Amino acid sequence: MLYRTAGQFKTSYKADMALFPVRQDAVLLAVILALVWGVFPLLASEFAFQTLLIPILIYALAALGLNILTGYAGQLSLGTGAFMGVGAYACYKMVTLFPWMNPVVAILLSGLFSAGVGVMFGIPSLRIKGFYLAIATLAAQFFLVWLFEKWGWLYNDNASGAIQVPNLDMFGIYVAGPQASSLVQYYVVLAVVTLMTLLCINLTRGNLGRTWKATRDMDIAAELIGINLLRSKLMAFAVSSYVVGVAGALFVFMWRGAAEPNLFDIPLSFRVLFIAIIGGLGSILGNYLGAILIVGLPVVLNTLPQALGLPISSATVEHLNVMIVGALIVFFLIIEPHGLARLWALIREKLIIWPFPH
Amino acid sequence: MDGSRTDDSTEGQETVRDEGHVVAEGRRIGPVLMELRNITLRFGGVVAIKDISFDIREGEIRAIIGPNGAGKSSMLNIISGFYTPSEGALLYRGETRPPMRPYEVARLGVARTFQNIALFEGMTVLDNVMTGRLTHMKAGLVAQALWWGRARDEEIANREVVEKVIDFLEIQAIRKTPVGRLPYGLKKRVELARALAAEPSLLLLDEPMAGMNVEEKEDMSRFILDVNDEFGTTICLIEHDMGVVMDLSDRVVVMDYGRKIGDGTPDEVRRNQDVIDAYLGVAH
Amino acid sequence: MLNDIFIKPFADMAAAPDFLLQVLWEGLVSGILYALIALGFVLIYRSSRIFNFAQGIMVVFAALTLVGLHALGIPAWISVALTLAVMFALAVTIERVVLRPLVGQPDIILFMATIGITLFLIGGGEIIFGGENKVMITEELGIPTGSVLLEPWGGLLILEQKDITAVLVAAALVVALLVFLNRTRMGRAIRALGDDHQAALSVGISLQTVWVLVWFIAGIIALVTGIAWGARAGVSFALEVIAYKALPVLMLGGLESITGAIIGGLMIGMLEKLFEIYWGQPLLGGNTETWFAFVLALVVLLFRPQGLFGERIIERV
Repeated sequence: MLYRTAGQFKTSYKADMALFPVRQDAVLLAVILALVWGVFPLLASEFAFQTLLIPILIYALAALGLNILTGYAGQLSLGTGAFMGVGAYACYKMVTLFPWMNPVVAILLSGLFSAGVGVMFGIPSLRIKGFYLAIATLAAQFFLVWLFEKWGWLYNDNASGAIQVPNLDMFGIYVAGPQASSLVQYYVVLAVVTLMTLLCINLTRGNLGRTWKATRDMDIAAELIGINLLRSKLMAFAVSSYVVGVAGALFVFMWRGAAEPNLFDIPLSFRVLFIAIIGGLGSILGNYLGAILIVGLPVVLNTLPQALGLPISSATVEHLNVMIVGALIVFFLIIEPHGLARLWALIREKLIIWPFPH
Repeated sequence: MDGSRTDDSTEGQETVRDEGHVVAEGRRIGPVLMELRNITLRFGGVVAIKDISFDIREGEIRAIIGPNGAGKSSMLNIISGFYTPSEGALLYRGETRPPMRPYEVARLGVARTFQNIALFEGMTVLDNVMTGRLTHMKAGLVAQALWWGRARDEEIANREVVEKVIDFLEIQAIRKTPVGRLPYGLKKRVELARALAAEPSLLLLDEPMAGMNVEEKEDMSRFILDVNDEFGTTICLIEHDMGVVMDLSDRVVVMDYGRKIGDGTPDEVRRNQDVIDAYLGVAH
Repeated sequence: MLNDIFIKPFADMAAAPDFLLQVLWEGLVSGILYALIALGFVLIYRSSRIFNFAQGIMVVFAALTLVGLHALGIPAWISVALTLAVMFALAVTIERVVLRPLVGQPDIILFMATIGITLFLIGGGEIIFGGENKVMITEELGIPTGSVLLEPWGGLLILEQKDITAVLVAAALVVALLVFLNRTRMGRAIRALGDDHQAALSVGISLQTVWVLVWFIAGIIALVTGIAWGARAGVSFALEVIAYKALPVLMLGGLESITGAIIGGLMIGMLEKLFEIYWGQPLLGGNTETWFAFVLALVVLLFRPQGLFGERIIERV
């Protein structure tokens, strides 16, 4: 009933290609936008900002970047964490070399560096396919993390070997560093993530998106209908690494505040991969659903035993967390291999024809 | 023009000699669009195609027939740039075509379908057909990301072309269906739609009727004739079903064991003793 | 600079050949273990097209179980038998709970499922056994712990006896596996599944049985690897990183080639040690073993996409 589409007619191709051809989708999105832009920031506590709202947005953005490469263009990557690192280190170098630089501009520019590195590591993708390529992306993962550790110039030769986010302001308001308030950081992250998502939606529904999907679904046929495979794949590596790099810069500058090289190691890459896959490969919405689950679940699990008064040590809780996440991954893959986004699509389809069965 | 068309093939290629010659149905057969000269293709020690020459004229329906393993598909793959011939030359509009990647050939205006359907299973019918327009779309990354200006105009303009093709092939109702869900016959038609959407100057059809029942074959034949008739598209098709081909095509090349054993109008080919021996004569 | 890259390392090698041999020996021992882990991957991949990311964690899990059981006062060899039983139970559980419901799903989904298994085993292992580094029960298993001293060219070469044992046991295991795969009915069934799933099923090979079997074999391999590596470095979850080393081995040797896994493993083990000692430490600040194997595999594949042992593929439409 709520989702009935009868009576909504399109009279032009333009209308048919609108972002939300079904009116209810637009309404639903408006409600969500109102919540995240207006209601959440008013109600959220410091704890909610730091453990839920900000990380969910950042992880969702990283997963979105990965999804472009893996979900849309079909190139499996296990090196996302390292590319986030490239974004973070690039941003750190820029704000320390040019202190006058607007921090948000720095964050948006830092993606260009990870895009460049991504393209470099994407070149083998023309000749190496499938799991072989996935292993090849691990070369990027291990090599880059090693570089973050050994190349002192990257972290300004700090004794600690870590990068520390300085206080950065924009128009007199601190947006990064110890002085910045969570509310401001949340809005910066939200603005960047909203912008990136919009751009990615446009890219994936247009010509480039079709080029990527064709490359993913059947590369030989794609080449025979006129797609330059190398270009298509490198473009995917570039766009994907750009988004991932921006996510990495946000990750350190708007959330962690400091970073050591091993922060960008394999566990981070896998975390982002889980989000993309559980959310749904080849979907934009899925990244958000996946991030809510993967970021939110440990928070729930951490608070649950205390709330129930169970005497479990925090180390055990952490290990239980790992176990449960592992089990959940298997569970979700079994009930819906195409992810939470597909689950939502099925529900929506049911709602559109409800109360009729077909 | 005439000089480049020395007939080195077997008897009777004479029916369509002059530019602008009008054949019986009222269609115009133009000058030579593509000429293949002494093509040989080897895989290691195996010779798949041996010294074959023929040409394709603008506006005609040209068929390559032959029993299984005759080298027909390899021939088509050479024309579409998927294989590079070991020897010989391809001339496109009178000029030698240098070795090219398949996507470059596609951009020259050669579109094709596949024997084993090669649609993009994860996309809808509409998106699949839209991929046929890829070579016609030029908007840059930024314009596409912003969905503004050229990107949006292109998207709408090309959608109109695609919708015409969809109407023409009568697949309006399945526009938004993921192709993975479609039955075989419809998939074949969507594949044809994708190739047509490119508005090709040369359309290659790889066994368009394979695996179809009589009714579907008739439908497909009608579409092929209509395409040729209404858009004037040059078509080169492969089939091993002789009957259908003889009704459809203007000229036929017959291959067997990688060699050309006959070339001419369907009637001529039918009377050719080599063809009868090698192909028709074989009792199935 | 050029001197440091192209001349000095080789001059060093020539100047101290006994040290070079020592380096190669260390590399060979690690290489054998990489090859073993890669072998576990290959077996599972060949029979089910599953890229089993959990192979590394199975090594840790097997070693922890062995040490844990022995700590309960169970004699060493009975602990080994019990650990094998645990690995068998694990194989059955994985087949039942994870693989069976996911039959026919795309490769990436199955791959993700094995990452899920990995996380589950990490979390579970930490809860049951604790995260601290443990000592492998080397002596209790009767593995000699002394060392053999050789004096080639008047220099000194130290071979640890447990390393020699590891090499011999690994070699025996590989031979046994090859005999099993080539000479027994079940072994041939495994290879048949690898060549053509549908055809193998149609001649009456049971998918379930074969899967349980290969996962169990992978478990046995994991236990042997775990004992050998544990004897060198102790048993903890840090062992897991060596499992990543099996991945470039697979790239070089091919996901389906048993020979490739063995030769690739030995090659990578030795080359990464050589690079680290003669180039990595003097020129790059060391610790290059984390990435060298991957970059090497990547470069080789750029020029030989079919890997070292694969055949050139003719693409068809």
